[in-house]
Order: sequence, then structure tokens, then C-alpha cells
Amino acid sequence: MAVSQIASEELEPAGELRPEVAGRSPWALAGRRLLRNRVAMVSLGVFLVIVAISFAAPIYAHDIAHTNPFQSNLNGTTVINGQRRPVMQQGGGVLKLGETPIGPTWQRNFFLGADNQGRDVMARVLYGGRSSLAIGIGSAFIACMIATIIGVIAGFFGGMVDGVLSRIMDVIWAFPVYLLAISISTVLLTAPNGLALGPVHIQANSLWLPTMIIAVIYVPYVARPVRGAVLSVREKEFIEAATAMGASNMRIMFSEILPNVISAVIVLLPLMIATTILTESALSYLSIGVQPPNASWGTVIDDGQQLLYTRPMVAIAPGILIVLTVLALNVFGDGVRDALDPRAKVRIGD
Amino acid sequence: MRRSRCVALALPLLMVLAAACGSGSSSSSGSGGGSSSSSGGHYGGTLTLLANSNWGTADPGKNYTLQEWQLLRLTHDGLVQFRAASGSAGTELLPDLATSIPKPTDGGKTYTFTLRPGIKFSDGTPLKASDFVTVFKRQFTIPGPANGFYENLVGGAACLKSSSSCDLSKGVVTDDQAGTVTFHLTAPDPEFLDKLTLPFAFAVPANTPLKDTGNNPPPGTGAYMWKSYDPQHEAVLVRNPYFKEWNPDVQPKGFPDEIDYKFGLSVEAEVTQVENGQADWLFDPAPSDRLNELSTQYASQVHVNPLTAEYYFALNVNIPPFNNPQARQAINFAADRNAYVKIFGGPSLAVPTCQVLPPNFPGYQPYCPYTTNPGDGKWHGPDLAKAKQLVQESGTKGAKVAVVGTTDEVGKAITEQMVSDLNAIGYNASAKLLSGGIQYGYIQNSDNNVQVGYSQWYQDYPAASDFLNVLYGCGGFHPHSDASPNIAGFCDKTIQAQMDAALTQGVTDPAGANKAWAKIDQEVTDQAPMVQLFNPKLIDFVSKRVSGYQFSPQWYMLISQLSVK
Repeated sequence: MAVSQIASEELEPAGELRPEVAGRSPWALAGRRLLRNRVAMVSLGVFLVIVAISFAAPIYAHDIAHTNPFQSNLNGTTVINGQRRPVMQQGGGVLKLGETPIGPTWQRNFFLGADNQGRDVMARVLYGGRSSLAIGIGSAFIACMIATIIGVIAGFFGGMVDGVLSRIMDVIWAFPVYLLAISISTVLLTAPNGLALGPVHIQANSLWLPTMIIAVIYVPYVARPVRGAVLSVREKEFIEAATAMGASNMRIMFSEILPNVISAVIVLLPLMIATTILTESALSYLSIGVQPPNASWGTVIDDGQQLLYTRPMVAIAPGILIVLTVLALNVFGDGVRDALDPRAKVRIGD
Repeated sequence: MRRSRCVALALPLLMVLAAACGSGSSSSSGSGGGSSSSSGGHYGGTLTLLANSNWGTADPGKNYTLQEWQLLRLTHDGLVQFRAASGSAGTELLPDLATSIPKPTDGGKTYTFTLRPGIKFSDGTPLKASDFVTVFKRQFTIPGPANGFYENLVGGAACLKSSSSCDLSKGVVTDDQAGTVTFHLTAPDPEFLDKLTLPFAFAVPANTPLKDTGNNPPPGTGAYMWKSYDPQHEAVLVRNPYFKEWNPDVQPKGFPDEIDYKFGLSVEAEVTQVENGQADWLFDPAPSDRLNELSTQYASQVHVNPLTAEYYFALNVNIPPFNNPQARQAINFAADRNAYVKIFGGPSLAVPTCQVLPPNFPGYQPYCPYTTNPGDGKWHGPDLAKAKQLVQESGTKGAKVAVVGTTDEVGKAITEQMVSDLNAIGYNASAKLLSGGIQYGYIQNSDNNVQVGYSQWYQDYPAASDFLNVLYGCGGFHPHSDASPNIAGFCDKTIQAQMDAALTQGVTDPAGANKAWAKIDQEVTDQAPMVQLFNPKLIDFVSKRVSGYQFSPQWYMLISQLSVK
């Protein structure tokens, strides 16, 4: 990470803006700054490539590898270099103990080898990416959305409303993230009908279950800074003006205040996605996230852990993708923060 | 008994093998001076054993794990015991603390034992007949998974209801002068002698507290005694100075002077330590990715033995879709048992099965209707066409099915295979994985509406009822309880009447009773309240310096009969 100077815009005397700055909205200026940040753009590119190949998993599985990654294939065979070979190979020696899955073939089928169910690891990793990314992105958006609403309401109304909402957030925050996630997941997994809240009914094997659990546990992490920003903004003169003109509370909150605090949420969003992907992988690794036969990067690592000694690629491949994804999102998140908050003194790039 | 490969459990008729994960320091085993026996074994030295985790309480009145039972067998004795020997000889019942095995009187309801004279506990206290009153009282005053084993004693049922006012004076009658212990039962029990071989019935001094002694097991009469038990680090057994060999067929003098049982290493590290000669044996099953290595490089140190045990899925017969017998038979036809065998480590480590009783078990007659080319009692392959036809006829096609499995390596893979098998015949199946400590109680409780539950069963003692009556008898089904070993909720009045008759017959005519159990085994298999998968085999991996390996079908590896060079 490089340390840069205070953003050049800050040094411009008032009323003497450079031609490329004059007349542009703050959002356009932020976008312009972001596009100029090559490191952030490369990171975004890496992330988008991972998203693209993950969401192309069905194409890979059906049209390239010709495999069903959700079906056990312990008695299956495959053709490697014109020779038919069993996917699971019986142990050698006199005792013939154990069954070892086929290793990476670097060909269309079993490119990264098979897991302990005889399934194509490459296809499982790509499908796993779909689940991990969908849950990570989904839960981060849901967390940010709920947190924004809570933060704006708490910050705007203050008093008892703020007290109640803030204490609820404090209670959630008081628990270690993973302890809370594991506890909720275990309870909901053992509930005969999954999550049933009024009209909302989520089965235990649905991807929505880990999505909602992860979203809920991260709400306070976004709600708090949003509330802080609202507390600052609501004292501004334009809010007083809107109040004097008879604007309703709803209008003030969501038309006047929200646009002024949303940049804080946007800065947090990519970092939240990175965090939620990690959380999802951890929960799935512990078998309390995505449930079989679905895959996620966490479940594939769990499968690979049993094969570390003989088939390390099963665990390494999803591990690499998690690292790349989280790194890309974190670097991109820093870029977004730099773009939206040019006063920040420590920035990546430039 | 039930054993988990990964997480220790303790519930009625449940027995544990292993444990969770952890780390710890390395260990080394040394050997001291000694002498040689006439059989060539070497007396002396220290035997070092490894396990990933400890076995919980060390009290023989409460502990229900194979892991500790293998040691309690060396430190304590019961009135009777199975011969300490390999093969079928190991199922022979012999007198241990008793001078002989009595014939039951009073229509099979009374057993009178006479104690051998001159036996002392490891603290020097002489063994008395009245010690056994304490032994059996403790079974009702210490809450535990096996409280029901001795309910049949006169007064036992009342003790089970109220332990504070437990009175066994009419159930266990002792005479210290004559050295006799007399048991009075409320009804004939053909398995009573088998139950006396369990550590719950091992002799402890009369002054032993009527509560769990935790990490301080009470003195015993065996060849070894407990020097220490620190659940975080190790247990140490040394020779009992008061032990004199009275029946080497059941309680032989052991070879090592000291047995160190260390905890905390990962199983991978345990394998490496035994390979390097830093330890002599690991309790935990070797990880699947090390099996080929053991098979090819350490074959002479590996011992594989069949177990009288089974891995299976219980099908809930009281809720859809498996309240339909055709649906149950369909998944039995569809289950690819070869795949399950591969998950467990291949044909060298498991044998496919369709029936409840394991091979070489009382009442066992090969039977497998759920296969291609049935008739010879063996499983040859899945019959998917037949399975799909049965699903169609049952009207259950497309039904949602949740398979509740465990999160350990084998449990997870087996559960996923069952999901695949169910989906292959038209069900909409998914898995629900729970840690072993939660899963076993969860699948037993009918409130959880578990449709398919993964489980295992290991014999408590060699009796057909220990499988059939416990797992599929009406008495094994306790609705709304986490302690309901009849997970399928199967209760067929006709079959139950046959079981009751076989139990009664077993008191006077064991051979005839075993024929009856064989027929019951087939009838239960036909009703298919479960999908039997395979009978497992056990790998024992010992260090190079160890010799004299023996495997008892009841107690598995006979630890004290290993000699270290």
C-alpha cells in the first residue's frame, strides 16, 4: 500500500476549480477517481472474472466436463488419454486398504481430479463459487439495506427510538460473530421446519438460510457508522430548511439525509461482501452453512481436508479462489473509499 | 452399543469409539528391563497408546466407551468374563471372580455365584461378596446411559424410578462368610450373564461413593491399576501389586509394566508417531488418505478384523414417505452398497449387507432380498429398475426427503451417497448434517420428524436381541425422547411376540432361540425399517516393536497382551 498526499482537490482554492472538476456532480467525480485507480480497477476485474466463471458452472459441468457434480460417482470411470480408468482407485499392497480419488488430469474431465465422492472437483469448485458469491453478495446487500434503514431511523429520531435500536444492535454486537452465526445456524438446522417467521418460511437446505443468518449478524457493523453519519447530517442547515418547509419525516430521512450518508454504505459494501464470503465459507466448512448436495467453497475445502495428504488440490483450489476474491474485494473497497472520501490520507494506488 | 468415529456420545445402549479434534505434544515410548514368558512375550517396558481425545469420566459404573473399557478390562474384574483370546474363542464365557458359572434356578430367575478366595483390590482391601451390593446400587444412583441394564433385578425397577430410596436387598443377596452373591430377577433373562461381563458390573470396594468418581476410578482387582488419569494429557496404568493370576484365560498377567495412554494429537500425527516408533498404537481410525500408505509401506504392522457391527440408515416408518413399505423397499433396492463400502475404505474394510444381524453372530443366516440376482444371501448390486417401479407403485415419487447425517468424514460422505441414491429413484432428497454429539439424540427423538437418519450399531455382547430387540423392538421406541434406540419407530406386534418368545426360549434352549432370531432377522429385513449398508472391519496399526497382537471379538485389541521390545 502506498501513502499518498492529501487529495489534490483539497488544495484547490474555492471558486477556482479545474475545468475537469467544474460542473460535475460528486458522484461523477467519485466515479472518475475510481476509474483512474488502476489497482482498484484490476481488482474489480479479477472479482468479475471469478463471478463470471462461477456463474458459468452449469456450462462447464454439462458441456465441457459432462458431469453431474451433485451426484456421487464412486463406481464411475473416466477416459484419460484414451484409457478408461476408475474414478476411485483401490489401495495397493497386500491389504488393499482405502480408496483414493483420481488426481488432477488437467483435461476436460476431472481437470482438478475427483473428491471423496468421485465427483469432478473443478465443477464442484465452480458451483461452490456460485453459492459462496450468491450468499456473500446477497447477505452483504441485505445487511447493508437493513442496517441503513435502522441507522437512519435511529439517528434521525434519537431519544427512545435510538436507544432501543442501538441496544438491540449492541446485543448482537456483544456476541463474537462466528459464535453467533454457529449458534443460530445450529438451532435453525435442527429445527424440523427450518426458519419459519410468519409468512417467511426457509427450508434448512435452502441457500437463503445462511444468507439471512449472515446478514443478520453483520447488521450492527453497518448500522453504527450509518447512525453516526445521520447524527452529523441531521444538524445541517438544509435539514432545518426542509423541516421549516414542512417536509415529512419520511421525506427528510430518505430524500435529504439518506443521499448524504449512502456513500458510507457504498464504501462498506465491497468490504462487507468480502467478509460475508469468508463467513459463509467458514460456516460451510463446519457443515452448518450450505448443506449437501449443494456445494460452496467452504464445503469443498471440508471435502478436501480429508484428502490433504493424497489429493491436496481439492482443498487448495477453492482456497485460492477465496483468497483472490477477498483480496480483490478488499482492494477494490479501498479504491471506492478513496474515490468517495478524498480526504482520506492513507490510500492505495496513485 | 453405538460408536461414533468422531464424536463421543453417551446414550442408552450406546458406546463410543472416538472423539473430536485437538492438538498436543509429541510422545515417545521407552522400554525397560524385563523377562520373557514361556510363550515368547516380553515382560516389561512401557506401552504407549494414542487417542485424539479422552473418554470422559473414568468411573466403571458410568463410562460407556470402548476406549476406556479396553483399559477397565485390565484393571477390574466381574464375576464372569469372556475369554481373553482371538476369534470365536473370545466369545466363550468363563468364570472370573467367581469360581464357576452357575446354572440359573427358580425358572431362570436366580443366579448364585461363589467368589474365589484371597483376591484383593489394588489398595489392598480384600474382595467381599457385599462389594457387589455397592456395584449394583451405583448403577441406579449414578445417572448414566446404561441404567436400564440391570432393571430386571428385584427392586431394580423401583430403584430406576427413585434412586434415593433404592433398595436392592432382595435383588442382590450376599454372604461375606460364604463368599456368595445371589441375584434374584423379576423374570428370566437369557442375557443376564452377558450383562455381568460389562464394566458396569465390575467389582469395586463397598465403600466406593454412590456417585460418579470422575477422574479417580475406584480400585479394582485386575492385573493393572490406575496410576493417574488427566483427561487433558494422559492416563497411566501400572501393575497392581496385589494381583495374582487366578484365571489366565480371562485376566492374564499383562506384558508391559506400564501403559501410557496419551491424548491430544491429531489423528494424522498419531499415524506418523506410530510409523516413527514414537508410539505403539492409535485408538482412532486411520484417516482415509493414509490408508494406502499403511497398506503399501506398513502392511506387517496393520491388523484388520471384522466387527460385529453395522452401519445403516433408519427409515422413519411413521411419517411419509417411508410409512409406505414399498417406499422403504425401494430405497433398499436402490442403495449402492458398493459405494458405501468404498467410502469406508474399500472391500478390505467393509462388507455389504442387507440384514440386521452381522456375520458370525448368534442367529446369523445370510439373507439379502434387496439385490440383483437374490438367493444366495449376498448383495450383488443395486436393482434400480425394481426400485423405481416400487417408488411409482407407492405413489411417493417426488417426495421431499431430508437425510440427517453427521459431519465427520465418513458420516458426511455416506449421507451424501444416500441423498444421491434417493434422488436416483425420483425423490427430492437433501442432507442435513449435524455434529455427532447432537445428531444421535436428534434422530432418535420422534418430535424432530426425521425421515432418514444415519447411524451405526456395535454389539454390547454376542446376543441377537442386542441388535433386533433393541433397534426394532417396540420397547426400544420411546416417542418424544432423545433416548429411543429404535430410531425408525418400528413396532410390529407379530414380530415383537416372536422376539419375546425367542428371549424366553433363550434361557433354556439357546440354539433353538437363535433359529428363531434368524427368522425374525429376515422378517425385519423384509419390513425394511432401515437400509443396512455394511458390516465394518477395524484397522489396528501397531508399532514395529510390538508383538503378540490378539483381537477379541468382545474387547477388540487385547492391550495387555502386547509385548514391547
